[in-house]
Amino acid sequence: MPERSAEELAKKQREISIAEFFEKNRHLLGFDNPRRALLTAIKEGVDNALDACEEGRILPEVNIELIQLTETRFRIIMEDNGPGIIPKQIPKIFAKLLYGSKFHKLSATRGQQGIGISATVLYSQLTTGKPTTILSKTAANKKAHLFKLKIDTVTNNPDIIEDKETDWEGKEKGTRIELELEGAYIKGRQSVDEYIKETAIVNPHCTLIYTNPEAQQIIFPRATEELPPEAKEIKPHPYGVELGRLIKLLEITETKTLQQFLTTEFVRVGPGTAKEICQNSSLLPNTKPEEVSREMAEKLYEGIQKTKIIAPPIDCISPIGSELLERGLRKEINAEFYCSITRPPMVYRGNPFIIEVGIAYGGEQEAETTIRVMRFANRVPLLYQQGACAITAAIQQNSWRSYGLNQSKDSLPVGPCTVAVHISSVWVPFTSESKEALAHYPEIIKEIKLALQEAGRKLASFINKKKRLNDESKKRGYIEKYIPHVAEALKEIINFDENKQKEIEQKLGEILEKTRGELEDLSIDNPDYDPELAEIGKEEETEENDEEEQKPKKKNKREE
Amino acid sequence: MAKTKENKVVNELKGIAQTVCADITNLKQPQMQMPIRALNNVEYDEKEGFFKLLHKNKLRTLTASTIKTFAQTLRMMSLSKNLVETEDIATKREAYYVSKNWGEARFKEQPESDTVMDDIEAMLGVNREQIGFIPEEKGGAVAGELIVIDQDAETGKEIRIDCTKFGSGAYSIPSSVELLNFETKAKFILAIETSGMFERLNKHQYWKKSNCILISMGGVPTRACRRFIRRLADNKKIPVYVFTDGDFYGYFNIHRTLKVGSGNAAHINEFFCVPQAQFIGITPQDIIDYKLPTHPLKDVDIKRAKDALKNDPFVKHYKQWQKAADQQIKMKARAEQQALAKWGLNFVIDKYLPDKLKDQKTWLP
Repeated sequence: MPERSAEELAKKQREISIAEFFEKNRHLLGFDNPRRALLTAIKEGVDNALDACEEGRILPEVNIELIQLTETRFRIIMEDNGPGIIPKQIPKIFAKLLYGSKFHKLSATRGQQGIGISATVLYSQLTTGKPTTILSKTAANKKAHLFKLKIDTVTNNPDIIEDKETDWEGKEKGTRIELELEGAYIKGRQSVDEYIKETAIVNPHCTLIYTNPEAQQIIFPRATEELPPEAKEIKPHPYGVELGRLIKLLEITETKTLQQFLTTEFVRVGPGTAKEICQNSSLLPNTKPEEVSREMAEKLYEGIQKTKIIAPPIDCISPIGSELLERGLRKEINAEFYCSITRPPMVYRGNPFIIEVGIAYGGEQEAETTIRVMRFANRVPLLYQQGACAITAAIQQNSWRSYGLNQSKDSLPVGPCTVAVHISSVWVPFTSESKEALAHYPEIIKEIKLALQEAGRKLASFINKKKRLNDESKKRGYIEKYIPHVAEALKEIINFDENKQKEIEQKLGEILEKTRGELEDLSIDNPDYDPELAEIGKEEETEENDEEEQKPKKKNKREE
Repeated sequence: MAKTKENKVVNELKGIAQTVCADITNLKQPQMQMPIRALNNVEYDEKEGFFKLLHKNKLRTLTASTIKTFAQTLRMMSLSKNLVETEDIATKREAYYVSKNWGEARFKEQPESDTVMDDIEAMLGVNREQIGFIPEEKGGAVAGELIVIDQDAETGKEIRIDCTKFGSGAYSIPSSVELLNFETKAKFILAIETSGMFERLNKHQYWKKSNCILISMGGVPTRACRRFIRRLADNKKIPVYVFTDGDFYGYFNIHRTLKVGSGNAAHINEFFCVPQAQFIGITPQDIIDYKLPTHPLKDVDIKRAKDALKNDPFVKHYKQWQKAADQQIKMKARAEQQALAKWGLNFVIDKYLPDKLKDQKTWLP
């Protein structure tokens, strides 16, 4: 084979646009199969809608309509009552990857990178060739604006097909997105239905109106009129910044000196700490940020690690609250026992986070299978990649036997139980851009385990109590069984008549009853349980599952 | 005489039932009190020569967790009363089968019914036979210079049983030995653990050679066997020598029970013990002196020995036994009676027993 020259090879070397990259690697964004693509599209839309409403301090009401056009093609319409988007921004937000408001700040919002919704637009365009329609209105007295958008995959820039002012009757403000895509509507634990239901559970301040492809409209009314506290924005903590990001920040900062840079771009850095960092990095505090070389930046990075800096503020994250989390579980699961835990905020790599855990035990839940795990990050349900998630790892590492569940080593426990775990953080570390699994940070796993243990102890005391009551009622049966024998034997020995025998039986019953005390009633009344809600997303378990959840049930299919 | 005794049992049974009944009528939790039947409730009285019952009692209060045993005890008492009144008897096994009529209160296994029976026995402080129950096991086998005087069950005529006339067989000790009389000129009684050894000594008429009575206990001696040896030894004033395997079961289960009684039936040890019994072998020292082939001690053997050293009042009383037990634990070995056959099948007759009987210093108490 003849050798090829570098020049020859260079002909094939060219820049790859981010849009092109994702076109080829759509699984990274959660569009790897038709069922999941449908879910991801809706998820991105709902995430954006809820974020927009909350940032605008508006109680969200989101309308989701899913229309099946052909076997494999769907139209999705999502409309919110948020603040709307000014026309200038619309093309970039919806048709440019990595454009968004949330990447450069830290706050506990659902969206993080500014990829999701534009990736959805891209996927729609890839599978149908059609543009996405955006309609947005920012005030009652203003006109709405309509865009039809595609993404130029070579340049990663919006390709505006249509752009016009229009009327939006009866709408005060809000945004509406309409797109078509290839997908598959299958019910089950990883379905759109399940996602919307779980979203309603952890976002009790939202009203969700969902119309499924069978044209059934399901309304999830809000359970509280109170918006969660605003997700406060914080600057990064020095410990949480990687070298590359540090260099980037040094490039874009408007500050004049290194000391200024440190005090303005980061939290918890005052002049004293800034000087100490500079000292530890062997850099002068008055160095100009633009003059910091890569080597100097590395020194600065090391200097930061050497310096003691107090933990970031923690009031920037808001938990769902154990009460609301528990109420959500009560709606979804008819169990005998519920408990929930909200841990105090903790920090991993400079990012504050809070873990919440809810447990529902017993009742109508299946006892012979592994427990059901519900995972949430910043109020978003995570339905895929359960096996890769730090939450799952934490549950597996926890020892559940002492809490009354069966468990073989390092696996999910078995029992009639649901465990819901929610992480709220200014920066949730996902393993990939599709945002379905938490990365395995030791601090996070440890904190989840602590929360599980706290809730587990409550669970254990319930299970023990239940066992005690079981024993008790068994004992009572015992009493009833043997009282006649005592009376009969006494009658035989002493020779008394049947009246006396009856008296003995009855009085012995009284004596034993007295010593037992009242039998506590453990059957619980759960007025919150909503059987219709629980049905949603339940039926039709499918053959299309996550890689790690594939079970050998496919076999039968093939034989048919 | 016998009649009043039986009535006494019936009256006591009635008395207990009436107390229970009165408690229930007064809405009080009924209770039954009985001595604890275990080694920790006996003491060894050297002068009397047996395990005496201490005064620890267990109080069984009728609660949800005790009602089953309570009901079973009362039903068993009722059965006992019936047996005594009709002058009938039931074997322990039969009593167990009678319980099958008691529906939910029936016993699952015979040990359960035996325990309840022993409880009643201890509660009344009487012998099992007095409450109408007899064991079904054989009492033991006898051969040698002894005439047992029994009665014909039909005619009441005296029957003289010559224990030298059983050939290769033997006289079998009945379950009740109270009315037997004895005639003998024997010099001692040899109580043997295994029937194998008994057979050998009987076949070669060892009893003739050394003018003795051979008794095969077949493991831990039954009450009848113990009582038989006791009455024989007392009446005829002859010594009793015990010959068992050289292991802790032989020392502390067989010999100790024969000599001083058991913790389980402490309330009747007074009658069912043989204080004059002496242990002649096989001692731990014999294992060394006769270079006997051994088996290693198992963990359970060592546990049994340590238990005995710690909890058995008999062992705690005799330094000799403590020394012997320590010696054997160190040796980590045990030897069977039959191990003597290493030196010839009749070594036991020609050498071992004559030597041992001559030398009291090699015995253990």
